[in-house]
Amino acid sequence: MATYDFLFDGLGLRDWCDAGKTGDAPLSMADLLAKGGAATDTPWWEFPFPSLDALNEACGRIAQSRDMTKAVEDGFLAIKDVLRFVLDPMTQPLSWILEFALLVFEAAPWWVMFPILMAVVYIATKSVRLIGFVTACIAFLAFIDHYGFAMQTLAIIFVCAFLCVLFGVPIGIAMSRSDRMQRMTIPVLDMLQTLPPFVYLIPLIFLFSVTEPKLYGIAIILYAIVPVIRLTDLGIRLVDRDVIEAADSFGMTDRQKLFGVQIPLALPNIMAGVNQTIMMSLAMVVIASLVSAPGLGVLVLRGIRNLELGVGLISGLGIVLLAIVLDRVTKAALDRVNAARKV
Amino acid sequence: MTGNVKIAIRSLYKIFGHDPQAALEHVRAGVSKTDLLERYGHVLGLHDINVEMRESDITVIMGLSGSGKSTLIRHLNRLIEPTSGEVEVDGEDVLAYGEERLRMLRRESMSMVFQKFALLPHRTVAENAGTTLQVRGVRQRDYLKDAGAWLERVGLGGYENHYPHQLSGGMQQRVGIARALTSNSPIMLMDEAFSALDPLIRTDMQDLLLELQKELHKTIVFITHDLDEALKLADRLVILKDGYIVQQGEPQHILLNPNDPYIEDFVSDINRARVLRVRSIMTPLNSGDLPRDAHGEVDINDTLENTIARSGGDTSHSYIVTRDGTPVGVLEMTNLVKALVPRVATEAGARKY
Repeated sequence: MATYDFLFDGLGLRDWCDAGKTGDAPLSMADLLAKGGAATDTPWWEFPFPSLDALNEACGRIAQSRDMTKAVEDGFLAIKDVLRFVLDPMTQPLSWILEFALLVFEAAPWWVMFPILMAVVYIATKSVRLIGFVTACIAFLAFIDHYGFAMQTLAIIFVCAFLCVLFGVPIGIAMSRSDRMQRMTIPVLDMLQTLPPFVYLIPLIFLFSVTEPKLYGIAIILYAIVPVIRLTDLGIRLVDRDVIEAADSFGMTDRQKLFGVQIPLALPNIMAGVNQTIMMSLAMVVIASLVSAPGLGVLVLRGIRNLELGVGLISGLGIVLLAIVLDRVTKAALDRVNAARKV
Repeated sequence: MTGNVKIAIRSLYKIFGHDPQAALEHVRAGVSKTDLLERYGHVLGLHDINVEMRESDITVIMGLSGSGKSTLIRHLNRLIEPTSGEVEVDGEDVLAYGEERLRMLRRESMSMVFQKFALLPHRTVAENAGTTLQVRGVRQRDYLKDAGAWLERVGLGGYENHYPHQLSGGMQQRVGIARALTSNSPIMLMDEAFSALDPLIRTDMQDLLLELQKELHKTIVFITHDLDEALKLADRLVILKDGYIVQQGEPQHILLNPNDPYIEDFVSDINRARVLRVRSIMTPLNSGDLPRDAHGEVDINDTLENTIARSGGDTSHSYIVTRDGTPVGVLEMTNLVKALVPRVATEAGARKY
């Protein structure tokens, strides 16, 4: 006797339920255990919530929860091939870019890479102190023989953060210009931001071969693109209405207004978004080592898998150093932008 | 002073709300501003505005905050669309313009100066001043040259490569004015252009504007809530209250003949001797007979303050009024003294609101 028998009896659905009973459905472990024990009356305080499983006990026609899980899986597998047929060629360039970037970063000898990094830092920040700091950090990583791993991580971050900006800024602009677009995009962004990073690795693993770089590339981009979109939208919406009115009164076209007024005035916010995006790519590139992303994350993973405490801690420290370097450089670049635009 | 009509506004209404057209019917049927808000949830911004602005005049639109003056000026270049009515510039119906033609109007015929300056913080002063030319596609080298010349003219020579945040408020507004002048447009719209400035700097800026106007003869529409400023600048004064025009005309005339207790109130605190000019209170000469006992000559555009100083306070004097040396009228000191006292609003003259 099941708890909800009365419900189906009362509704006169007993015959319908019994007609649907096949009886040969596989039993769950819980069912087996229940069969073994004596059927005792359930005390009233354990009265179950009318969940799928509880209703299924009373009426075989109601699906069990595991059927739903299975349906989702089947559904995904059914569209997988079509999805893959569309997405695979579309995302193939991402694989190429990542492979190329990894190749370049690994092939370049350290005495070429160091001056290039220093030049990039100088162009972005115009700060000699920061160049010293960055050089010291990278040199330390090289000194403890983690240079190669650090460069792999950097290569992936550069590519992914660049693509995030490339796609994120236009999406943010589109959101700022249309309230409907904003209403439609925000739930998606919320979902991307709150889904645990591991969760969206799962469908990606089914879609793409685990050996392909684009698998982790997509995961990183999806995870890290959110802040740059949000802050571009916010930045443009926050542009002083008086200035926009002035731009209108001088007869600016929408294009002139966008490139001459809105984007320049939103730049501090956009840069803050870029900073966040880079930091989030770094967080994700570590997790993505689960799906064959090279770099410092691999060492962290080795530390966890094999309980190699030292390897895990040192590579963790390496990630912290990279994070500090990236954060300082982007923040300094942001400050430089802000200083020129004080109102 | 009396040129052609440059801008004409006819029976202009502006109603804010979700269904302005329906609300307009109520307003035409005589529903008042407060009733419209309480019963129908619409705000009456402008109510039956009729103004003609003449070429090369400074038309000042004055009113307290909420009177609709900023809304009104934004109808001229259609930053705000009217609910009903006509706006004509040079005899052309601006409201019939398509997007392209409207952009032309904003680029070439009108330029605007804003209360909060609205400069672009990421551009230098010269680039800011050149914005109005840049939007038309003028090359940078050329617009920087023009902008530099106008900056020089408004007293900012040498600041071309500064950024706006490095300048004081008064200097920033000079950039705003230079920007409007660089566009070389015949019409200038000034929305409370000097209201955000300190009183002394404000006076400087008013003098600058009058000096520029003497040379450039632009058609200027100036918005202000400050009566002193209005009287100083206006060739023609329009007084707004709650979206209505209470009175419009020559400022001296309004000062001497206020037709409404609201204006009476407004003008009672004014230093009339400094604002009123001889021409407003003199008796014109109709025949050639000049009074023999005149104590001297005064210019038609002298202020009463100057005249009082000349007479030494003696109310028995009278003066011959001249324009460019030719006698045109007679001024009795007794009339002058009468004009200094605000007219008490009579019951008959006071319109009820």
